[in-house]
Amino acid sequence: MPKAIEIEVNGKRYPLQYDPETPLLYVLRDELGLTGSKYGCGEGQCGACTVLLGGAPRRSCQIPVSAAVGKPVITIEGLEKDGRLHPVQQAFLDAGAFQCAYCTPGMIMSSVGLLQSNANPSSAEIVQFLQGNICRCGTQPRILDAVHQAAKAMQERGR
Amino acid sequence: MSNQHENFLLEPERYEFSSGPIHHFELARREFFKILGAGIAVFAIAKNTSAQETAPSRGFHPQELPQEISAWLHIGEDGTVTAFSGKAEMGQNIRTSMAQNVADELRVPFESVRMVMGDTALTPFDAGTFGSRTTPTMTPQLRRVASAARDLLVEVAAKEWNVAPEKLKAADAKVTDPTSGRSQSYAALAHGKTLAQNLPEADPVTPPPDWTIAGKAVPKVNARDFVTGRHQYTADLRPDGMLYGKVLRPPSFGATLTSFDDTATKAMTGVFVVRDGDFVGAAAPTEREARNALAAVRVQWKEKPQVSSREIFSYLKNNAEPKVDDRHRNQRGSVESALAGAGHRLDATYTVAYIAHAPLEPRAAVAEWSGDKLTVRTGSQRPFGVRGELADIFHIPESNVRVIIPDTGSAYGGKHTGDAAIEAARLARAAGRPVKVVWTREEEFTWAYFRPAGVIEVKSAMSNDGKLLAWDFHNYHSGSSGIETPYAVPNMRTEYHSVPLVLRSGSYRGLAATANHFARETHMDALAQAAKIDPLEFRLRNLEEARLRAVLEAAAKKFGWPHVNREGQGFGIAAGNEKGSFVATCAEIAIDKNSGAVRVVRMVTAFECGAIVNPDGLRNQVIGANIQGLGGALFEAIEFENGRITNPRFSRYRVPRFRDVPEIEAILLDRKDIAPAGAGETPIMAIAPAIGNAIFNATGTRLNALPLVPNGLKKT
Repeated sequence: MPKAIEIEVNGKRYPLQYDPETPLLYVLRDELGLTGSKYGCGEGQCGACTVLLGGAPRRSCQIPVSAAVGKPVITIEGLEKDGRLHPVQQAFLDAGAFQCAYCTPGMIMSSVGLLQSNANPSSAEIVQFLQGNICRCGTQPRILDAVHQAAKAMQERGR
Repeated sequence: MSNQHENFLLEPERYEFSSGPIHHFELARREFFKILGAGIAVFAIAKNTSAQETAPSRGFHPQELPQEISAWLHIGEDGTVTAFSGKAEMGQNIRTSMAQNVADELRVPFESVRMVMGDTALTPFDAGTFGSRTTPTMTPQLRRVASAARDLLVEVAAKEWNVAPEKLKAADAKVTDPTSGRSQSYAALAHGKTLAQNLPEADPVTPPPDWTIAGKAVPKVNARDFVTGRHQYTADLRPDGMLYGKVLRPPSFGATLTSFDDTATKAMTGVFVVRDGDFVGAAAPTEREARNALAAVRVQWKEKPQVSSREIFSYLKNNAEPKVDDRHRNQRGSVESALAGAGHRLDATYTVAYIAHAPLEPRAAVAEWSGDKLTVRTGSQRPFGVRGELADIFHIPESNVRVIIPDTGSAYGGKHTGDAAIEAARLARAAGRPVKVVWTREEEFTWAYFRPAGVIEVKSAMSNDGKLLAWDFHNYHSGSSGIETPYAVPNMRTEYHSVPLVLRSGSYRGLAATANHFARETHMDALAQAAKIDPLEFRLRNLEEARLRAVLEAAAKKFGWPHVNREGQGFGIAAGNEKGSFVATCAEIAIDKNSGAVRVVRMVTAFECGAIVNPDGLRNQVIGANIQGLGGALFEAIEFENGRITNPRFSRYRVPRFRDVPEIEAILLDRKDIAPAGAGETPIMAIAPAIGNAIFNATGTRLNALPLVPNGLKKT
């Protein structure tokens, strides 16, 4: 049954009338029009729907919207600030780390999550972290490069 | 609409049978300036493409492509160049590489060119984006229109300045008169004109050595939209008033609807339930309501017995059509007597499982009717093919149907058909509003089509010094692509034996070339072993084709072939050619002694497809094909029983992930003296046999079935 809930996405508050069990992904895409987060499998296996929930990367197809109450959500649309790409977005762009790019938003969100908890991950750590993100086009080596580049750029910027 | 899936049962390699409707040129031209504004336009009539398309390739219906417009181009009053192609972008980066060719030939900056693609109302007819055809067909066609447009601009300037056109020079988006120093931009020359011209005969185009924009690593156009999530794939579209559509799937393949009762849905507001033959679907304001409506519909299905995966290979062998079509047979010499002769004899049988394309963007479509006119946006490789399907199924003329392809979330040969488009259109017609249908992953794994399974039997004989004497190669069901051996052999026969479809089947990256290369290159390795000759040396000894030798030698050199293996380590090599391009892969594998798991450690793939249009895009695609190929080689297989797919999810159907990705090197041989061929398919073909041969090198066990190690090797 629909209930009144409020969630915060990309710094904006949204009062909603929604069934609290609805997966967050459907609310983002169908209700808020934030279609950058993709449906790929609906079972948390492909990572295309990854968003940051309270700062941690989560599969939005597996989270009920009620779980986002009181925890800010960041989607791919929320990374760009004043026309400036997030360093991870910029690194994906620079590395050409996509083909069809349907997995790209999820890859970027997972990578942002990784770099928040581990500023300078090894290749093995990146591989481990992105194991749950599928790229069917086979762009993994470039994604790996992009995450390394992003880590470097973020460290330099933070210095 | 009767049983839609039976209507769309596909022949393997169905695209080879496609033909095009007649194009409505006059209408398009009139519309053209209305849509794009004034300027200069050039239309190309495809004259010379059919010769290439109908080159003797077995399994191909030798039919002429329609003699019609193949490309067109417009230069607007602001200097914007718009080029049109019926091809679709789905990650192979042709939106970029085609624009490079146009910019290069027209002598304008890359940034001023925009491609309009895959829209049946705006772009020239195109049979579809498949078969690695985009680069070889579109490169000359786009260049010819661009070159003609350049000449036309020069003529306009020559007339205005009253000088001979030969005296003028076109470069940097302007025409210059070197004598007087006078110069005018293309934009100024196009200003106020509505000048259209058909392409003159045999307009010369710039040869690859003189390319300046093509041949370079230009980044993907609109790349920023993809890293920001701004790009809208079909599933992201939400036109005003749109409803969400869902389809009630039968419990098993071939099941028919015997009873239907939607009484319980009548009270649901805003919900439309449709039953049409065996089709049952619902459209509702939210996806959840559409699902709930279908759950409330009471239906009964009549199922029929179906073949299961555990018996598939004997079924295929036993149910082949008794007579091999002449188109599917090729022979020379006397293979029977050569096999019976004195040489060393080796026979083997190989099998390949059904696999799924599993594009990360599932099938999706948004359909909208306006009276009896239908507009559908859908992720497909065949905009005009889907238009034809829609026109047929709704009994309306093709001119009433517009199909638009948003840049698509990959396809790999899996998005030839218009299933989601038809479903969305059927629901939209009932609802009188736009309807979006997005398949679930399970629907994608079940109701799409598969790369067909196959059985391949090889009989062979060679001389004591390792020269092939006889080669007898029979493919049951999986297809005839890449069936011809590139190796020199005096007595040979290849046959493709068709079998009625078990699962819905169709194209997959490389078609049957992957299966046929797996069998052939595994068999060549086994022969090399029997002859006690190094596998590379054995191949070179039997190979006359210089381009194939070149990729083999390039891959081997980079890889450091031959290697001496330590325990648990293996090295393999394989090669092949298809669709005008050449590939060789070397693979190193490691076997975990405790678990039996096989890990690919390193791959080197050398690839040659003539002149390279965009080396960065090509490298991305070649490495991607290597990684995708790992899945079908090592572990991917569709399992089915009683007409049901039993592993229709990513949790049960394993695809390559980060941990599966080895160190990969791609060596791209740039042959500027050879017209560019496509690159979408061939780089995948040598992966499976190279890995299988490496496993043999490590273990002494010859694996003749794809996937090779779905459950790892036995513990040692």
